[in-house]
Amino acid sequence: MLLKVENLQAKIDEKQILKGLNLEVKAGEVHAIMGPNGAGKSTLASVLAGRDDYEVTAGTVDFDGEDLLELAPDERARKGLFLAFQYPVEIPGVSNKLFMQTALNGVRAEQGLPPLDMFDFDEYAKDKIELLDMRADLLERSVNVGFSGGEKKRNDIFQMALLAPKLCILDETDSGLDIDALGLVANGINTLRSPDRGFIVVTHYQRLLNYIKPDHVHVLYNGQIIKSGGFELVHELEEFGYDGIVQKHEQAQ
Amino acid sequence: MADSAQITELNSAGTQYQEIDSLLSKNKNYKEGFFTTTTVETFAKGLDEATVRAISAKKNEPEWMLNFRLKAFNHWLTMEEPHWAKLLYVPLDYQEYSYYSAPECSACDGSADSAENEIDPEVAKAFAELGVPLTGDDSNVAVDAIFDSISVSTTKREDLLELGIIFCSFSEAVHDYPELVQKYMGTVVPYHDNFFAALNSAVASDGTFVYIPENVRCPLDLSTYFRINEAKTGQFERTIVVADKGSYVSYLEGCSAPARDTYQLHAAVVEVVVLEDAEVKYSTVQNWYPGDDDCQGGILNFVTKRGICEGKNSKLSWTQAETGSAITWKYPSCILKGDNSIGEFYSVALTNRRQQADTGTKMIHIGKNTSSTIIAKGLSAGRSENTYRGLVKILPSADGARNFTQCDSMLIGNQCGAHTFPYIEVENATAQVEHEATTSRIGDDQLFYCKQRGISEQDAISMIVNGFCKDVLSELPLEFAQEAEELLSLSLEGSVG
Ligand SMILES: Nc1ncnc2c1ncn2[C@@H]1O[C@H](COP(=O)(O)OP(=O)(O)OP(=O)(O)O)[C@@H](O)[C@H]1O
Ligand SMILES: [Mg+2]
Repeated sequence: MLLKVENLQAKIDEKQILKGLNLEVKAGEVHAIMGPNGAGKSTLASVLAGRDDYEVTAGTVDFDGEDLLELAPDERARKGLFLAFQYPVEIPGVSNKLFMQTALNGVRAEQGLPPLDMFDFDEYAKDKIELLDMRADLLERSVNVGFSGGEKKRNDIFQMALLAPKLCILDETDSGLDIDALGLVANGINTLRSPDRGFIVVTHYQRLLNYIKPDHVHVLYNGQIIKSGGFELVHELEEFGYDGIVQKHEQAQ
Repeated sequence: MADSAQITELNSAGTQYQEIDSLLSKNKNYKEGFFTTTTVETFAKGLDEATVRAISAKKNEPEWMLNFRLKAFNHWLTMEEPHWAKLLYVPLDYQEYSYYSAPECSACDGSADSAENEIDPEVAKAFAELGVPLTGDDSNVAVDAIFDSISVSTTKREDLLELGIIFCSFSEAVHDYPELVQKYMGTVVPYHDNFFAALNSAVASDGTFVYIPENVRCPLDLSTYFRINEAKTGQFERTIVVADKGSYVSYLEGCSAPARDTYQLHAAVVEVVVLEDAEVKYSTVQNWYPGDDDCQGGILNFVTKRGICEGKNSKLSWTQAETGSAITWKYPSCILKGDNSIGEFYSVALTNRRQQADTGTKMIHIGKNTSSTIIAKGLSAGRSENTYRGLVKILPSADGARNFTQCDSMLIGNQCGAHTFPYIEVENATAQVEHEATTSRIGDDQLFYCKQRGISEQDAISMIVNGFCKDVLSELPLEFAQEAEELLSLSLEGSVG
């Protein structure tokens, strides 16, 4: 098991957001998480990545045999947990190259690999730049500064491709992408799919999922996963919305 | 018609920065904090006319220099210590400082030629530890090394002299080039300019004298390294840089002092004269001892730096990275007198713990089509206060003058302050003055983004800070830029690897 979340509860500023969430992701699987605004999807992603604004009040998370909640956020990242942000952040004056070379060498050190120098890094980054059709001057530019919304998202997927993590969490990476960019991002994800890598894809739309065909689909509502299924669940949601599922869930309570 | 563009006052508040705060409050290891023990001659504490005469006598000075000192001293007695800056300090007791201290074996005979051959071994060791090359082997830079009140070594002097370039200590210049010193000393910063300039004029210790003759491009960076060693002494450096017509020089300045528990005083005066078609690039990395956690014992740094672009098409560029001192009071300025002359000020000022910095520039436009650029980056962390204070003044004669000012402040932590006082006085309707200012903080979002990519918090902070200062650091000569980058990280990271 790559990721095992059990009864996860978390709050922020005294507001309980996650209310006993369970989720299991095996290596090689792609999980989609859908759910209405404010359900707690980004919260789940943030808690898994270790953002300290959130307080975990109960539950456990096992990541590849380790107690994830015991690890600092940068350790989690170096051990292979990656989050593509709903809103990627700008860092003025810091080049993508310096940023990603530092990041990659951190991951490599964790794996006992020697660091890549500037030239090796350029070489290594070249394919990934093409894969996501990033602009040629990408590495020289400051991290996300002056990037359009879509470019920022693509840059996150580019970073994901560079770091080759074990678990990729994508928080609404498809929002705000035009059709071509969506294709590039989906292609990037599909290229990275492998038997020893897992994905959690948070999205509101069927579009991306049509491209990447998730193995499992979950509905997150009010801090819990209230329904799980296969790809057919996506169609059900597209057709009937969350109402039916939510009502059934509330009646069952 | 004076007006001040958007005076901003910003104090960060809130508690979301505790993590950064605790990181920053770790004891910074000031690696230049060691102390050299050697035989020194140090004057007893106190300042009166006799002290001024004694300093002058110690340096075997000619009458005109003594007179300059005395005039300044008598004027200083009539002045009051300024407290208009956003700096809190108790009035200094000027009788509590010693105004002359020198390692003995180079102080023994006033002429410095001998000093070059017989540097006190302990002093030589100190400079070696600081990475200052005294042997002259390093081919890219010539160094004037100043230890407390005197210059102990000036490298590459002869090589430079072959090109007609004068590079020596100020004391030597008084002896060897009296006409030049008299011609320029006090012309840019008169002895009565301000309290600290008057004090400096009275008790000036040592500094550097640079003269670049017509149409000579100085092939090396010239540099001065200032070291304060003795406790409770003041250092009053006096530096003059003159670039004659069509010449060019890049001058660098670095400084440090031992960790002490009592404040040490540094009041410098720097005068730069740039003639027609000449260019001077003046870079400073200031790393004076900032004091303990409460900045007790740090250097009090009151500096008057000013240059005049005297001739047509002349250019003066100040670049500074200020990370040290308990208190910094410093406004390197340009008087743009020659038509088409250019003034530049690039500054990074970082304050941490209880450091206070009030720094900026003055650009005085007199000539036609003069232009100036100001890029100031203030970084405040800990419980420090960081102020940018600038004046752009366009006189009626300055047709077509232009200024661009950008002041960016970054707050790190939750108890520091950033303040911006950009004064603009325009007396010519054809002038164009642009001012941009931003205030940001190292946000949790940025830090988390870095950490999520596997970058440690310390690396992330230093990366973000250096990114913020990039426009300015890129103006520094390469080796200096690297040093400045390291200093920034060091001052913030609170530990040395
Ligand atoms: N600092 C905070 N204080 C109180 N409530 C908060 C805070 N931050 C987030 N929340 C609340 O937590 C809930 C979950 O937010 P989250 O961002 O996880 O939702 P989401 O499922 O990602 O929504 P969306 O689809 O809109 O991105 C929301 O109701 C939000 O208002
Ligand atoms: Mg969200």
